[in-house]
Amino acid sequence: MTTAMVRAENVHKSFGHVEVLKGIDLEVANGEVFCLLGPSGSGKSTFLRCINHLETIDAGRLSVDGELIGYREEGDKLYELRESEVAAQRRDIGMVFQRFNLFPHMTALENVMEAPVQVRRESRTDARDRALQLLDRVGLGERAGNYPAQLSGGQQQRVAIARALAMKPKLMLFDEPTSALDPELVGEVLDVMKDLAREGMTMIVVTHEIGFAREVADTVVFMDDGVVVEAGKPADIIGNPQHARTKAFLSKVL
Amino acid sequence: MTAASPERVRPTPIKAIPVRRTGQWISAAIVVALVGALVWTVATNDNIQWPVVGDYLFNSNILRGGVTTIQLTVLSMVLGVVLGVVLAVMRLSRNPVLRTVSRAYLWLFRGTPVLVQIVLWFNLGLIFPRLGVGPISADTNSLISAFGAALLALTLNEAAYMAEIVRGGILSVDKGQTEAAHALGLTSTKTMRRIVLPQAMRVIVPPTGNEVVTMLKTTSLVAVIGAQDLFTEAQLYGSKNFTTFEMLLVASFWYLVLTTVLTFAQSRLEQRFARGTSQGAPAGPGFAARLHANLRPGRTATQGASR
Repeated sequence: MTTAMVRAENVHKSFGHVEVLKGIDLEVANGEVFCLLGPSGSGKSTFLRCINHLETIDAGRLSVDGELIGYREEGDKLYELRESEVAAQRRDIGMVFQRFNLFPHMTALENVMEAPVQVRRESRTDARDRALQLLDRVGLGERAGNYPAQLSGGQQQRVAIARALAMKPKLMLFDEPTSALDPELVGEVLDVMKDLAREGMTMIVVTHEIGFAREVADTVVFMDDGVVVEAGKPADIIGNPQHARTKAFLSKVL
Repeated sequence: MTAASPERVRPTPIKAIPVRRTGQWISAAIVVALVGALVWTVATNDNIQWPVVGDYLFNSNILRGGVTTIQLTVLSMVLGVVLGVVLAVMRLSRNPVLRTVSRAYLWLFRGTPVLVQIVLWFNLGLIFPRLGVGPISADTNSLISAFGAALLALTLNEAAYMAEIVRGGILSVDKGQTEAAHALGLTSTKTMRRIVLPQAMRVIVPPTGNEVVTMLKTTSLVAVIGAQDLFTEAQLYGSKNFTTFEMLLVASFWYLVLTTVLTFAQSRLEQRFARGTSQGAPAGPGFAARLHANLRPGRTATQGASR
């Protein structure tokens, strides 16, 4: 298991005149739990969104499982991928959003079934069985028939995780999954994520939950102002930060 | 205060003399008097032959005209909605050609009066005597009947308004929904069809309901080309038998019946599309408020202002 699941080389990204990523080099190994920490506006969410091409990068290379994201390389030329090809790449990358983004007009069960049926062309019965299993796994088997509006934030986020898992992704992206939750609901979502980590899922997690990073992460990266300030084992980065910026950030959040 | 003891008796309900709402009673009396006087003068007016109104209310040609009116309304709305959705999606597309075409369409069809459009399609034969592709062609006037011209004009005109309503609905859906769908691997087409449009419906349905009611009334304009709708038939009998006013009352009666039915259906439909939002409570004002809005005399005036 030495192959890199995600490889970023000198990734740059600007919004208008503001450069939010100023040359990111990172490598996420297969099966690794990778936590991105940093103040808001540091570019961590943008970087995460580049990985499944919700944002396009301006310069550098970004690949998942050896495959360039958003482009096809022939010789020394890059060709933009067609929309259907981008969609095909995204199938294998699960994403969980800060604001859940469940489909409000569908029940929890229908939310989880949607992509397997529409994208993977699974039969409805197969998709339903698996969706129920997944909802059970996140502790919401009883709530399968509920609409998102009838669920708490923590329950919605767990449905969102089940929905992403239904596509059997090889990589899961979490964009501040607990930031929009009431404090007492954070734990139930983190527990589901810990289970997932234990089962060997490759995960990239943008989070402010330092405790989670320390306990679960294999690698912690501290980003600030569009660059990686330092990266390493959680014990080193969180327990013994070297950079002044990391120290300043951790002293505020710990 | 001491805690309520079990033997405490319930006091008798308050019996106060209510505040006198004199103004309310006076205004009600004036309204009743005025309406009563109006009804009386109309009802007893010797110039209105009431038996004629009764005779023609269920006249077969009048009823057939009503059916034509309903057909025109339903067909032009259905086709208008379909074309409107296409135009809205084009307008929001990343393709600049599609965007421009959609914009030009709206400019053209919203910039000219629907009455002019109806007459224009009816007279298409004046500039294109024959229509066809290659060797196959037909006489324009036989190809586009009065009904066809009416349907064409109403549909194309309605599509322009529906496009704006649908676009508003699409834009009302949170961007996170599209992102979530894309992240799952759904293509843009699937995302629009499965995720965005169903949610946009909640915003699209109420104004579309109003459009249907407006359309029902707008169909009366096709009388200028004699498209055999309710108003055409009513006018025809009116001028033939010198019962103009009686036939206008007949037509008004049926238009009122139809708008009332439509307004009721609209309320029911909205409750259905509110699904998943605060447990399916109706999104807009209730049936009574909607009926009032659709029937109020200022309807055409506000329409003119908003269009």
